[in-house]
Amino acid sequence: MQKIKLENINELLQSMAQIGKVYAPIEKAGQVNYYEWNKDAKLRLDVLNTVKSAKDVFFPQTEDLASFKTEGKEISIQAEKPLDEDFAVFGVRACDVKSFDILDKVFIEENTDEFYKARREHGVVISHACNEPEETCFCTTFGIDASAPKGDIETYTVGDTLYWLPVTDKGKEYSAKLGNILEEADESQVNKQKETIKAIMDKLPLKDVTTQAFGAGKTMEYFDRPEWKELSEACIGCGTCTYVCPTCQCYDIRDYDTGKSIERFRCWDSCMYSDFTMMAHGNPRKTQTERFRQRFMHKLVYFPDNNNGEFSCVGCGRCVAKCPISMNIVKVMKALGGK
Amino acid sequence: MQEVIKKRVKELFDNNTIVRAIGWENGEFFYDHTPAVFDSAADMDVFVYDNFCASNLSKYLINHCAPEGKTLVLLKPCDTYSFNQLLTEHRINKDNIYIIGIGCDGMVDIDKIRALGIKGITKITQNGDELVIDTMYGEKKCKKADVLLEKCLSCKGKKHMIYDELISENEDEMPQDASKRFDLVNELENMTSEERFAFWQNELSKCIRCNACRNICPACSCRKCVFDNSASGVASKANADSFEEKMFHIIRAFHVAGRCTDCGECTRVCPQGIPLHLLNRKFIKDINTLYGEYQAGETADQRGPLTDYTQQDVEPTFISDKEVK
Amino acid sequence: MCNCANGNIDKLIPQLAVITDIRTDTPDVKTFRVVGVDGKINFDHKPGQCAMLTLPGIGEAMFSITSSPTNTEYKEFSIKRCGTLTDALHSVEVGQQIGIRGPYGKPFPVDTEFKGKNLLFIGGGIGIAPLRSVINYARDNRDDYGKIDVLYGSRSKEDLVDYEEMTNEWVKSRDFDLHLTIDREQEGWDGHVGFVPNYLKELKFDTNRIAIICGPPIMIKFCLAALIEMGFDKTQVYTTLELKMKCGIGKCGRCNIGSKYVCKDGPVFRCDELDEIPNEY
Repeated sequence: MQKIKLENINELLQSMAQIGKVYAPIEKAGQVNYYEWNKDAKLRLDVLNTVKSAKDVFFPQTEDLASFKTEGKEISIQAEKPLDEDFAVFGVRACDVKSFDILDKVFIEENTDEFYKARREHGVVISHACNEPEETCFCTTFGIDASAPKGDIETYTVGDTLYWLPVTDKGKEYSAKLGNILEEADESQVNKQKETIKAIMDKLPLKDVTTQAFGAGKTMEYFDRPEWKELSEACIGCGTCTYVCPTCQCYDIRDYDTGKSIERFRCWDSCMYSDFTMMAHGNPRKTQTERFRQRFMHKLVYFPDNNNGEFSCVGCGRCVAKCPISMNIVKVMKALGGK
Repeated sequence: MQEVIKKRVKELFDNNTIVRAIGWENGEFFYDHTPAVFDSAADMDVFVYDNFCASNLSKYLINHCAPEGKTLVLLKPCDTYSFNQLLTEHRINKDNIYIIGIGCDGMVDIDKIRALGIKGITKITQNGDELVIDTMYGEKKCKKADVLLEKCLSCKGKKHMIYDELISENEDEMPQDASKRFDLVNELENMTSEERFAFWQNELSKCIRCNACRNICPACSCRKCVFDNSASGVASKANADSFEEKMFHIIRAFHVAGRCTDCGECTRVCPQGIPLHLLNRKFIKDINTLYGEYQAGETADQRGPLTDYTQQDVEPTFISDKEVK
Repeated sequence: MCNCANGNIDKLIPQLAVITDIRTDTPDVKTFRVVGVDGKINFDHKPGQCAMLTLPGIGEAMFSITSSPTNTEYKEFSIKRCGTLTDALHSVEVGQQIGIRGPYGKPFPVDTEFKGKNLLFIGGGIGIAPLRSVINYARDNRDDYGKIDVLYGSRSKEDLVDYEEMTNEWVKSRDFDLHLTIDREQEGWDGHVGFVPNYLKELKFDTNRIAIICGPPIMIKFCLAALIEMGFDKTQVYTTLELKMKCGIGKCGRCNIGSKYVCKDGPVFRCDELDEIPNEY
């Protein structure tokens, strides 16, 4: 284990930036999201949840897939190249780290997405333990330990010091490149901090939220439940929950005419939107109730069905904090699954 | 107050004046109340009204004013402006709606409390002007005035513009700092165009196109938005470039100009904290300057300056002469 | 075409192809013949599978591959004009280049469950498109299958897709019966008149066969009911479903019915499988 004084953290980031781009929680116009770090950036390692989750780094909100040029009846297609340079994402919380495993199941396990895979291979995940979890946190529901955030390198803040623990080979290789910016440290301080975090986790107000009632094979049990109507009644059909969610991965593919070429790009899409499943001859999900049901059934039943029981939620609490009408997966789980 | 309202709504259910009521339902915490449609007096047990009932319920009436029985709606003073505007635009039918105007002493913004660095909030009690905040990490305090919702900082006053009955203790209270309403607009106007562009670029570049501002907005009541219409040529799910970032919000601001009541819901729901209400307020300020003081939704029978023509209307050349910044 | 540094072209990137022939089948259906720019087909497929076709700037959509895999010279797509992309496709001329990617989806089990069986194809309107691939595959491997019956209906004679091929070629096949019907009486039509499900009941097929249905949802529903009434088991009946798709590989998230993705777990479903998924299609 190694350490560095927090007051010198910019020197650490400077060294990291020499290895490759570093994405980190950075404040811009009052909000904290993952942006590329530079020396003028306002790093906010203290902020628990960025607005958009860290998935943005591996599965960006928009990305070009290919470029078309047309001349008369002829077309040329230029495919975008998957990323070919190393980078790091720093300050990722345990819940977001876990979300990468879930996204990997979607994008890598079957019909691999080359763009996502290249970013995963080139990206070093540097996690950060949560000293002060929020009341909206329920990562424990999904077996996530905020005191052991995983990733390639784990980091901890204890008092005025940042502790640094490479976990994977990738993390060790990355740390070796940093030279002597970090000094050796023993683990006693971090172990104490871990115990403190665990004690807090045990007191979180949502710690008893359980997935027990949900999982694979329960489609027919929940699909026609009358509660869906009431739960979705006030939903305004925006995409806030979807876009702040670390595990939502639905996308759209669209063409954009730049005037010089046609850019085919992929962008996040939301099952909450009324046109998501709209076809020329109708829409199988006609009302917001059906669209609302789709989102939660996907996380709690359909995804487990296709992924050995794994849920597609990590309990980060972003939807709990951000939904304009304060409806969220915790309320859905409690209403449908009993307390 | 919550109990008075609950009792009265139950009475109205029991004497068959109403068949449903739109209000707020208790959340998981003390601050995350959800707008709810109550179908019976018994449903009202989970009704809640306190400093965390910011959502403007008037837009829900578009889908809930069908003729089979009256729908009751609880409206705070500022919500009644939106209600009137929806009436003006024939999007709702007052005959099927029963309004209880409820008093309001300012709504609290939990995000502003969080922005003070206060984490793990479990309870808030009001002690005069002060809020005592219990958290998982000890007790904290702050002034209520410092954590009021943005929209409450330029409160239009506590008077309801329309109602069938009132449950309010401060109906005559005048707006305290209405003069401050345009302070930030003035500030933006006094910037150079480069500075102003940089300000909006910085703010709007955070936009994730979640459409929360549009979907919550009572003035955005089109059955199908142009941005959802694939045949419109501008339909978009994501901002393909920095021009589109701005286009969505500027078109929206233009479309609600003269109709926006300044209810502040857009800014309240924006997950990225973009001060969208400033775009609308700029229009409101200009309309006031060019056509005389006008407040959308003050009454249901007024014609807006941008949808009405009089011979006294300013001419376009006059607008440019007048140097509206 | 692509010079990706690490050689991995993503599955979402289309290949280049050219339209070599356009046939007008009905007032709103055209059949497009497509080959790669090198003159060879872009990829192999199995009956029932689909492909994504692109017109740059207009978009991309999933279409059933109408031609049989036994045709190795070109692929055919019968496309009904019903939206932005199909409108644009209907206005292109021979020689137009397009993007194509695929094949997608689970095919009909032509080499397993269908093998050695009598086959009854039931189609309505443009629903003949995916069936044509199977029918021609079975005709080209005639010894592998028993009796073949095709029951096909449309609104009018003009709306019967592939009428020429059916009446000139299919009927000459060994042990093959074609039963055509149109919805309403029409001058110059001396064949059967009436809706497909009713004609199906009139034809009184025995249950010693596999039934494959494709057409408008309402037709599928009534034909399935008719078959059950006739004594068929749902395990003998196959159909194909259509939902909005963007990726074709089970990721974009819009074509799922419960936990099944039509693009990769379908579009072909055995009717007993439909009982296990919600009725959201």
